[in-house]
Amino acid sequence: MGVKKTYEEINEKIRKGQAVVVTAEEVIGIVEEKGIERAAQEIDVVTTGTFGPMCSSGAFLNFGHSNPRMRIQKAWLNGVEVYSGIAAVDAYLGATQLPENDPENKVFPGRFSYGGGHVIHDLLAGKEIRLEAISYGTDCYPRKKIDTLITLKDINEAILFNPRNAYQNYNCAVNVSDRTIYTYMGILKPRMGNASYSTSGQLSPLLNDPYYRTIGVGTRIFLGGGIGYVAWHGTQHHPNVERNEHGVPTGGAGTLAVMGDLKQMKPEWLVGASLLGYGASLIVGIGIPIPILDEEIMKFVAIKDEDIVCPIVDYSEGYPYRKPGNLGLVNYKDLKSGQIVIEGKKVTTTPLSSYPKARQIAGMLKDWISKGQFELTIPVAKLPSADDPIEVNSLLERDVNGRNGRRW
Amino acid sequence: MYKSRVVCFFSEAQSEQPIIYRLVKDFDLVINILKADINPRKEGYLVVELSGEREHYESGIRFLKDIGVRVEPLSQTVVWQEEICVQCGACASFCPTGALAIERLSMEVSFDNSKCVVCGMCLDCCPTRAMTVFFNIAAPL
Repeated sequence: MGVKKTYEEINEKIRKGQAVVVTAEEVIGIVEEKGIERAAQEIDVVTTGTFGPMCSSGAFLNFGHSNPRMRIQKAWLNGVEVYSGIAAVDAYLGATQLPENDPENKVFPGRFSYGGGHVIHDLLAGKEIRLEAISYGTDCYPRKKIDTLITLKDINEAILFNPRNAYQNYNCAVNVSDRTIYTYMGILKPRMGNASYSTSGQLSPLLNDPYYRTIGVGTRIFLGGGIGYVAWHGTQHHPNVERNEHGVPTGGAGTLAVMGDLKQMKPEWLVGASLLGYGASLIVGIGIPIPILDEEIMKFVAIKDEDIVCPIVDYSEGYPYRKPGNLGLVNYKDLKSGQIVIEGKKVTTTPLSSYPKARQIAGMLKDWISKGQFELTIPVAKLPSADDPIEVNSLLERDVNGRNGRRW
Repeated sequence: MYKSRVVCFFSEAQSEQPIIYRLVKDFDLVINILKADINPRKEGYLVVELSGEREHYESGIRFLKDIGVRVEPLSQTVVWQEEICVQCGACASFCPTGALAIERLSMEVSFDNSKCVVCGMCLDCCPTRAMTVFFNIAAPL
């Protein structure tokens, strides 16, 4: 007889402090020992975690109104421009935005010591942030300029909204050229001097729920040390890709858009990142609980690093110029061992995403659920899955002749 | 081949002289200037790595002392700011001596100062800039 549980039954157990919760790492040994059916009977929730640079992140902020009022047209936080093309004192602070006077890559490779992600971290750390803003002035919003200090406490709403996080699988990056290259996957030494990957593998949220059976719109999650929600599928969500015998995509696939109240998050789980020669970013901590509703879900969460593969991609030519093909597939157990063999060459491997922190996130979420502080939510809508016809389009360059001088 | 890192403190009179040129030309030493600071009064210091034959190295140092340059051994340290480190492990590809290493079972990152040769690779590859370098330069007498 198959195991069947409902969200309500699991939440009832959570409320009573009786839910059996384990992490996606701990569950592997339990399933090996007890088998799928018994594990599914005994375990109610499996927690996942990931902690890595996620560039498509940022926060909507409402500064509150000054006197006289101002319809902010352009604004900067510690010199980093925020997008102000929305209502008067609302703005969006993007994680990769750089200060106006940043040397960027003018002296190559640029250091990118400060950017939008660092501003988010500084806000969470309670630091005073300089807000500069300008406008053209209107009858209802006469003010044209302001230069002041804000803190996260002072402002009204601060909503972390990340359009693309928690990538379901990703490339392993190498460099086959003769020069060192500086990428969003880190520094890549020439002639495959190293390989860089970025995932928490067997702990990663979407690798534990490969067909998004339980992770959907409205799923309550651990986000940046506080509570957040899955808002939508992320940008470039591409579920209908090649999958292996475990149902896990063999390359980048699903993504999540997530959001939550920044004010209850913690600086240690949203950390500014500086990628030499590439840019600034934000390291985001995400943990997602997976309810064990049946044996199929139990089987999915028992996934091991050796059962998850990703493509080895050359970032000197292959990735930037979109050349098809790769240098083979590699599994995460081998990547975590520190050395893989590519085309007969031994290559050192290192991660960009933190496995110890991912484990800590899964552990914290387990703790919250076990203590009855965090209940599970039923998704209000499903994310597009493997059988949905989603195409990821490329940007085509089309002829704009004859449109010169027109406004669009 | 002998190699050593030293800090040279010099006064205005010495800073007018082509000291580095003499070390290269007369003592056949390979010079790598790691850091230099000269104040508006033309006093300052140089942090240099000198390499060459042991005999030449010692003659070079003697030459510096004879013209009045104060020469001190360099104590330089790379510091792992554990509270800033996010334990990603990106540095482990770049550390040539394994001072920064990943314990592959737990995937935890650790730093063994005694293995560090202060090459500085980790300073740039760390996304949270958790590694810093200190030149401990004793103030001139």
